[in-house]
Amino acid sequence: MGVIRDLSVQGLQMMLVLALAPLLTGWVRRLKARLLRRRGPPLLQPYRDLWRLMRKEVVLAHNASWLFRVAPYLIFAATWVAAALIPTFATGLLFSWSADLIAITALLGSARFFLALAGMDVGTSFGGIGSSREVMIASLAEPAMIMIVFSLALLAHSTQLSTVAGFMLSSNVGLRVTLAMALVALLMVAVAENGRIPIDNPATHLELTMVHEAMVLEYSGRHLAVLELASFLKLLLYISLIACVFVPWGLAPVGSGLAAAGIGLVAYLGKLVVAGAMLAIFETSMAKMRVFRAPQYLGAALMLGLLGALLLFVSRGGLR
Amino acid sequence: MPPAGTTTVLACVAALIALGVGSAPFGRRQATSPVVYGASAIFCLVAGAAALGALLARAAPDQAILPLGLPWTGARFRLDPLSAAFLIVIDLGGALASLYAVGYGAHEREPQRILPFFPVFLGAMNLVVLAADAFSFLVAWEVMSVTSWALVLAHHQDAENRRAAHLYLVMASFGAFCLLLGFGLLAGPGGGYAFDTMRAHPPGALIAGLVLVLAVLGAGSKAGLVPLHAWLPLAHPAAPSHVSALMSGVMTKVAIYAFVRIAFDLLGPPQDWWSVLVLVLGAATAVMGVLYALMQTDMKRLLAYSTVENVGIIFIGLGLALAFKAQGLVVPAALAATAALFHAFNHSLFKSLLFMGAGAVLGATGQRDLERLGGLIGRMPQTALVFLTGSVAISALPPLNGFASEWLIFQGVLVSPQLAVTALKFLVPAAGAMLALAAALTAAAMVRCFGTAFLGRPRSPQAAAARETDPWSLGAMFALAALCLVVGVLPGFVIDALAPAAALIVGGHMPDQVSQPWLSIVPIAESRSSYNGLLVLVFIAASAGLAALAIHRYASGKVRRAPAWDCGFPDPSPLTQYSAGSFAQPIRRVFGPAAFAAREIVEMPPPGDMRPARFIAVVRDRIWETLYAPIDLVIGRIADRLNRLQFLTIRLYLGLVFLALVGLLLVLAIWV
Repeated sequence: MGVIRDLSVQGLQMMLVLALAPLLTGWVRRLKARLLRRRGPPLLQPYRDLWRLMRKEVVLAHNASWLFRVAPYLIFAATWVAAALIPTFATGLLFSWSADLIAITALLGSARFFLALAGMDVGTSFGGIGSSREVMIASLAEPAMIMIVFSLALLAHSTQLSTVAGFMLSSNVGLRVTLAMALVALLMVAVAENGRIPIDNPATHLELTMVHEAMVLEYSGRHLAVLELASFLKLLLYISLIACVFVPWGLAPVGSGLAAAGIGLVAYLGKLVVAGAMLAIFETSMAKMRVFRAPQYLGAALMLGLLGALLLFVSRGGLR
Repeated sequence: MPPAGTTTVLACVAALIALGVGSAPFGRRQATSPVVYGASAIFCLVAGAAALGALLARAAPDQAILPLGLPWTGARFRLDPLSAAFLIVIDLGGALASLYAVGYGAHEREPQRILPFFPVFLGAMNLVVLAADAFSFLVAWEVMSVTSWALVLAHHQDAENRRAAHLYLVMASFGAFCLLLGFGLLAGPGGGYAFDTMRAHPPGALIAGLVLVLAVLGAGSKAGLVPLHAWLPLAHPAAPSHVSALMSGVMTKVAIYAFVRIAFDLLGPPQDWWSVLVLVLGAATAVMGVLYALMQTDMKRLLAYSTVENVGIIFIGLGLALAFKAQGLVVPAALAATAALFHAFNHSLFKSLLFMGAGAVLGATGQRDLERLGGLIGRMPQTALVFLTGSVAISALPPLNGFASEWLIFQGVLVSPQLAVTALKFLVPAAGAMLALAAALTAAAMVRCFGTAFLGRPRSPQAAAARETDPWSLGAMFALAALCLVVGVLPGFVIDALAPAAALIVGGHMPDQVSQPWLSIVPIAESRSSYNGLLVLVFIAASAGLAALAIHRYASGKVRRAPAWDCGFPDPSPLTQYSAGSFAQPIRRVFGPAAFAAREIVEMPPPGDMRPARFIAVVRDRIWETLYAPIDLVIGRIADRLNRLQFLTIRLYLGLVFLALVGLLLVLAIWV
């Protein structure tokens, strides 16, 4: 029975992230519009968009290859698996040990690898520009992310997210400089990885500054729907990750009952609402950077992560 | 009674050498080529199977002494777990490269320049790993160098290939010289050239340090450690592609074997500063290698630089293992050593695969230049598929094998706060950051390589008219791609197989992996970290399948083919698509100024002037300029000065000889 329950919790988690992701994006978009004194689309607009895209025919470029058609599913699958491995409302999920934080980072790397390839497949100038900028941003964002993982793993003595969350819930955390640095760095990386302002503008089209939108420019119909859903999921993933590591309150511990899970779910929804609101406020109060400012921004994140890890190496030597 | 592995491998080596020598008179006939390659593949498979059997059976080391070589010692050969692990790398790579060459070699215009050397090269590499005394080791090492030099020079009409071969010869001599000195110091005044004797009498701290430096120089120059890598990106592309695959995927591993054998096995207990040296060199190599790779437009040179990077990653693992071993931390040392060996094995798989893929592209289009390729995924779909698999594997993306070994190295970094050495406390996290940077940049380099060669529109008529390569080559590449997947999904089996080798060099091994539930890998304890490639693969496959199923059930299935949209700007010319150069431009702007003193010059003619505007990107090789060019210059000057010595009288020559003799005797008299 235990296994079946665990399996269903794991399945529930997968479906939950999938169902919530468009809503989160809708919430951010709506709030951004309100902050700009526009009325804004309804909260459920992303679902409608996805449905509309799915019903449309696919227009493929003449020389689009099989990779172009397979990539959306691979990107979506890698992102979904990564999102499903992050504890949202309960820790100790059945398969949480199958991939740790480094593997989750690498799964997102796989998704990006195929996205960048898909951008180059048709052989247009916009796709190439998007891909080359994406890998430039990733080449700094990924090491920054790994350094954040190092800091957390050195503190919690584990790269398993459930263990890290458990450690952060326990009383012996205290306030640490490293944690503050890791949080700032993680926020910076999350903004960059999701293609949000100030690195990229998710609302732009036909502009030379775009990155993510340029790579998916040639996509249409159901393929575009899958890619959009994957990018919604990615935003949810990063918010869940920050919530799970830095504000783990409310997470249902291993083997707890339904009530704890319910509390966890409500807490999780609350965290999403707050994080979405913070993102909207941040984005409306910022202007987009030039593309070649992005390396400085991400270099700062990398340095923060590295300094955080170094502090731990130097200060906690010989402990374990 | 267990099979005598040493004898089997030695017999295969003898057969390979005989094959090479015997094929020399028939090299010009086209029919010889498949026979030689087929026989090489079979001998390699037999030798590899013997090594695998010995490793899996955890057979006791097995020694053979042949009455060869120096008259009073004989040649010793020994199959222990460390040799066995590297023999598997060599023979698996050798067998598949031979299989590939059965098809690829048919295009060769001058087979007589390759066929006699190829099997001897394979045999020599086997022999290096099997050798158990310094003399046979060095002889085998030199045979390996000379045969590979001959293979680099196979297409000698090309001036660039001649330059590559010349540089290779110089660097190989330098490396062999360092190893010779190192073994001389290890043997000591007693002259115990057998590895057993050296192991029994480890040298003092000063001599040991000196030998380590010599081993780093000697093995590092063969493996391509920065700044000794200069020959590698020239020589690997110059050789025929199946030889490139061997040199890059396999011969660099032989060099790593030499380093591991000397540093971990023969030198006695390590000192702390050794790991500092190895870690610094490894981290610098990893990042510089991949940055160079990102700047290349020659496909095979790009892959060669990526080998430099991977050698750096392996050396990071070895440096960590040395650090832990020096501190007596056996379990972390085993973790780091296993990770390094595992990555070496993985690199031999995917780098051979990628070089073979580049060879297939070269055979189909006659082009290695990325700027003249493109769109091959439509013309060569199977090559594209395996090349993509190799690209994903080398970019360390789950669930393929590159990720599994890099993940292990990261785990090694994460246990290193236990190290009580101040320098390492700063160095190890920095090395971890360099490793992460290298991994991310590799992904960028491989996106660029695969994207410009296989995706987009053809940039040249040859690329547009490419044809899929032959079934033999495809078979070898598919076998390697399948191995990349299997090893990535079930890394536990490889880790367990490597346990005796790790035990030999650091005195301990990782916990048993295959008995873990669900076949996950757990380096230390499950609460710390675990990874399950199989489940990740199943998860990804299931989610992708589920998504595809749902989409095809509920979404519109209509597909219309149309011209590319490109923001509504129709454009018939493939020249407007992103090229390899333009793809690298953002990264060149970020890392170039520091790494390559890169500059961009825009020449804008004044209004009214009819000259075209020019954009010039200058990338300089700082290592060549600061290290090799001055040496080259000094040697040139000295040679010019000494040129006069050529025209002396016989009396002066005799006088010089006499003076030298007196000088040496004086030195001896003062010393002793």
